[in-house]
Amino acid sequence: MKRAPKDSAESARGISRRALVVGLAQVGVLGALGLRMQQMQIDQADQFRLLADENRINIRLIPPARGLIFDRNGVPLAQNEQNYRIVIVREDAGDVAAVLQKLAQLMPLSPEVIDKAMIEIARRSPFVPVTIAERVSWDDIARVSINAPALPGVIAEVGLSRLYPMGSDLAHVVGYVGPVSDYDLSLLDDPDPLLQIPKFQIGKTGVENKLETTLRGSAGTKRIEVNALGRVMREIDRQEGLPGADVQLTIDSRLQAYVEARLEGESAGAVVIDLEHGDLRAVGSAPTFDPNLFVRGISLRDWTDLNENKYRPLAAKAVQGAYPPGSTFKMVTGLAALQAGVIDPEETVYCRGYTEVAGTRFHCWKGAGHGNINFHESLKQSCDCYYYEVGQRAGIDNIAAMARKLGIGVKHDLPLSAVHAGTAPDKAWKTETRGESWRIGDTVNAAIGQGYVLTSPLGLAVMVSRIATGRNVEPRLVRAIDAVEQPSGGGEPLDLNENLLRRVRASMDAVSNNTRGTAYGSRIALTEVRMAGKTGTSQVRRITAEERARGVTRNQDLPWERRDHALFVCFAPVDDPKFAVAVVVEHGGGGSTAAAPIARDIILQALYDGPPPLEAYPANVRARIAEDQQRFQERVAPGSVGSDRA
Amino acid sequence: MSYLEYNVKYVPSGFRKLIYLNWPIIFLLTAVACTGFLMLYSVAGGSVTPWMEPQVKRFGLGMVVMLFVAMVPIWFWRNMAALGYVITLILLIVVEFFGSIGMGAQRWIEFGPIRLQPSELMKLTLVMFLAAYYDWLPVRRASHPLWVLAALVIILVPTFLVLKQPDLGTALLLLFGGGTIMFLAGVHWAYFVTVIAASVGGVMAVFQSRGTPWQLLKEYQFRRIDTFLDPGNDPLGAGYHITQAKIALGSGGWTGRGFMQGTQSRLNFLPEKHTDFIFTTLAEEFGFVGAFTLLTLYTLIVVFCVVSALQNKDRFASLLTLGIAMTFFLFFAVNMSMVMGLAPVVGVPLPLVSYGGSAMLVLLTGFGLVQSANVHRPR
Repeated sequence: MKRAPKDSAESARGISRRALVVGLAQVGVLGALGLRMQQMQIDQADQFRLLADENRINIRLIPPARGLIFDRNGVPLAQNEQNYRIVIVREDAGDVAAVLQKLAQLMPLSPEVIDKAMIEIARRSPFVPVTIAERVSWDDIARVSINAPALPGVIAEVGLSRLYPMGSDLAHVVGYVGPVSDYDLSLLDDPDPLLQIPKFQIGKTGVENKLETTLRGSAGTKRIEVNALGRVMREIDRQEGLPGADVQLTIDSRLQAYVEARLEGESAGAVVIDLEHGDLRAVGSAPTFDPNLFVRGISLRDWTDLNENKYRPLAAKAVQGAYPPGSTFKMVTGLAALQAGVIDPEETVYCRGYTEVAGTRFHCWKGAGHGNINFHESLKQSCDCYYYEVGQRAGIDNIAAMARKLGIGVKHDLPLSAVHAGTAPDKAWKTETRGESWRIGDTVNAAIGQGYVLTSPLGLAVMVSRIATGRNVEPRLVRAIDAVEQPSGGGEPLDLNENLLRRVRASMDAVSNNTRGTAYGSRIALTEVRMAGKTGTSQVRRITAEERARGVTRNQDLPWERRDHALFVCFAPVDDPKFAVAVVVEHGGGGSTAAAPIARDIILQALYDGPPPLEAYPANVRARIAEDQQRFQERVAPGSVGSDRA
Repeated sequence: MSYLEYNVKYVPSGFRKLIYLNWPIIFLLTAVACTGFLMLYSVAGGSVTPWMEPQVKRFGLGMVVMLFVAMVPIWFWRNMAALGYVITLILLIVVEFFGSIGMGAQRWIEFGPIRLQPSELMKLTLVMFLAAYYDWLPVRRASHPLWVLAALVIILVPTFLVLKQPDLGTALLLLFGGGTIMFLAGVHWAYFVTVIAASVGGVMAVFQSRGTPWQLLKEYQFRRIDTFLDPGNDPLGAGYHITQAKIALGSGGWTGRGFMQGTQSRLNFLPEKHTDFIFTTLAEEFGFVGAFTLLTLYTLIVVFCVVSALQNKDRFASLLTLGIAMTFFLFFAVNMSMVMGLAPVVGVPLPLVSYGGSAMLVLLTGFGLVQSANVHRPR
C-alpha cells in the first residue's frame, strides 16, 4: 500500500497538531508535579521535618531507684531488693519452645508458666524481652548463667523491687507499693511521665503513698533512634534521673514491733508519742497484714481474707479509727470548765447516781452515786454526774474549743492514709452537718465523751501529750528526708492556766496510783517512772431502761460488736513526762481492764527502750508479766536484728 | 514490502548509524539510571548489594539491547509489530494459568533464569502494534466506527488481562498509552469526549460493585483508593505507606538531608523503598533540588523524543516514538503523583530508577525503537 507524499505530509501535520495537545496536557501534569514538590518540600518542609523527627526519636524513661524508708535508728523499713528475673528474646532464641524446655530442666518452671510465656512471646515483637520468671533464686540464676551458651536468647536480668523487712509490724504506717493503675492515674493530677511506664510501682497506702513524690525521684531519659518496627537502632543520648529521697521516720521499729505484738489478738489501735519533738515512736493497729503480699501481687484468696475479716486488718485503726472517747474526754470537759471559771476545782457537785436534764435521766456509771465530789475526785473515780454538771455550765462551744486546742477534732498533718480528724462537736457543727439545732442533752453526752464526740487513738495521744507538757505538741512521723531534719513538733506553750493543768495531771496521777483510782490495777510500781492516766469505756449502744432495771449487762455476755470500746490514755514519768500513750481496744470492754494494762506495758517498753525490770510492775502480776516478756522477746527479736543504735 | 517505501539512499547504514543515534537521549537515560544506582546504594544502607549491583548489570544489558534494536531498521520492527503483539497476548494468557504468584498478583513467567513479565512487554508491543495499525490504516478511515472498534479491541483485551492479574497500574498505563496513540493518529474528538464521559460512569460502577460478588477490583485496590482519598484516617494501617512517604518527601526541604542521611528510608519507615517508593528517598536525601532535577531529566527525555518524532515524516516511526514517550511520561508522572499523594497507590515503578529487571529492559528496548526510528528516518 503505497502512500502518496501528500497523504504522508497530511498525516504528519495531523500528528503534530495532536501532539501539541498531548504536549500541553503533559505540561499541565508536569506543572502540577512541580508545584506539589514545591508545596511539600519548601512550604511545608518544617512541618514534615518535625514529623520525621518524631518518627525517628523515641524517648525512653529510666526509672529511678525509689527512696528508702528507715526508722529513727536507721533500721530499714522499706528497701529495694534485687530482683532477678529470667527473660527471653524471641529472635535470639530461635526455637523458643525448645529453649524453654531446656530452661525448665535447670530451674522449676511449671507448664502454666511456660504456656503463659509462649503466648506473651507470640504477642510481642521478636526483639522485645519477655519475662519468664521473676524473683528467681540466686542458685537458679547461676545455673542459667553457666548454661547460657545452650540457652540462646535467655538473659538473666536484675531489677529492683520493694521489700518491707519489718513485714506486718509497719504495714499501716509505711504502707506498700503496687503497680500504677488506671484508677490511680484518674485520681492523680500528676504529669510525671514515669507513671506511664507499664507496671510502674507507686505508693498505694501509708507513707509510701503520701510521700510518693519524695520517694519516687525523677526519671532519667534516654533518647533512642528507632525504626518503623520499634527496634532500637542506637542510643542518641542519656540523662540520668535522680533517685528518690530517703525518708527517716520517727518510728522506733523495736517499740513498734513490741506494740504490734502486745496488741495481737485484739482489734485495737495504739499510739506512742515522744513528748520532746512530738515524735510518733509507734503507731500500732491490730490486726495487721503483710505488705509484702501486695508488692508481689496479692492472691485473690489472701485479698478476700483481709477484706472480709470482721476485725478489719487493712484499717489503720490508730489514725483512721474514730471512737467516742468516753471518760478519757473528761480532762477536756474539766479543763474547759475550769479555764472558763464556771467552777472552782475545790467546789463539789452532788452525784446521786444520775442527773435529770430536760426530762431525761443521765446515769453515772456508779448507780449508787458518788455523793459530794470535787474535780480531783471526779476525775480519779471518773464520776459522770460531775461532768454532766460542769459540762452544762461551760457550754458545748467552750468544750469543743478546748477539745480542738488539745488536738481532738482537728486534722493532724501526717503522711498516713485516711487520718481521721475526729469530731469536736459544737452548735455550728450540728447545724451544719445535721441541720438540727443543738440540744442540752447533746452537751451532757459530749461532756463524758459520748454522743457526737469522736476521736482516733492519735487524737487521744495528742490530747494527753498536750496536757502532760502544756505545750502545743504536734505529732510528727517524718524525722528527716535525705538527712534533712524536719521541723520539731515540740510546740509552743499552750494558752492554758498552768496551775489548772497541774491539777489535771495530779488527778490523772491519782487515777493510776491512788488505790481508789480507776486504773490502780495497771499502775507502774516504780515511783520515779510512775504514770498518770485516764481510763475510758465508751458505749457503742444505748442502754435501755429495762436493761438498767435488770442490772448492768456484763460485756462478756454481749456479742463482740456490741461490747464497749476500752480506752486508756497516759503519760509517764509523771514528774518529767517523756512519753504519752493512747490505746483503744475495739469492743474490749472496760478501759481499766482491757486498755490500761496494754498502755502500761507499752509505755514501760518505751521508757526502758526494751523490756522493763519486773519491779516496775505491781507485785501481783510480775509472774505473768515475766512470761509475757519472754514471749514478746521471741516475737520481737527477729525484727530488731541490725537495729544498731545510731 | 515496506522496505521499498524508503529511499535507502537517504538512510544511513553500517557504523554511520551510530552518528545518527539520538545521543542526548542516551546521555539523559544514563544520567537517570545513575541517579537510580545512587539511590539503591543509599537505601541498602551504603551497600552495592543487594540492589545496586544487579541494577547496574541490567542497565548495561539494557543499553546493549537498546543499541541492537536501534541498529535494526525501523521497518523491520513495523513488520514485527503484529507478531510481537500476538505473542505477548498469548504470554499474558499463559500467566493466567502458569504464572507464579507474586505479591498477590500473577505477573511473570519463569524461563530458566529469566523472569518475564508479559504485562511489561505488553506496554511496548501494544504501542508498536497500534502505531503499525494506524500506519496501515488510511488516515481518512481512522475515525470510522469499525476501525475505532478494532483499535479498542487491540487495547482493551490486554488491558483486561492485566487487570485480572491484577495489576491496576500497568492496566492504566496500557489504556492511557493506547488511547494517546489513537488520539495522535487522528481519531475524531467526539470519541474521546464520549470515552471520558463513559469512564466517569465506569468509575462510579466500580465503586458500586464493591462488596458485590461481581466486584471489578480486588479489595486491596479499593482500600488503596480509600487510603488515597483520606490517608489520615488510618495512619498505621492502609494509609501508612502514603503518610510515611509524604513525611519523607516533605522533610527533605530545599536541599535534603544529605546522601545516606534520610532517616525515613534508613530506618525503614518507608515501604518498598527500593521499588515504587524510591522517589521519596531521593526527595528526602536531595530535597527539592534533587527531586526537581530528576523531573527535569525525565521531561527532557520526553522532549527529545517528541522532537525526534515530529521531525520524522514516517507515520509509524512518528506514532511509535510519541507512544513510547507517552508511556515513559505516564510511568514517571503516575509514580511521582502516587508518592506525593496526588494519585492512588497503584504500583507503578519510577522508570529506570526503581529496582526491577523487566521494566528496565522493556523501557530500554522501547528507547531502542525510538533510536531506530531516529536513525532510519528519511533525511
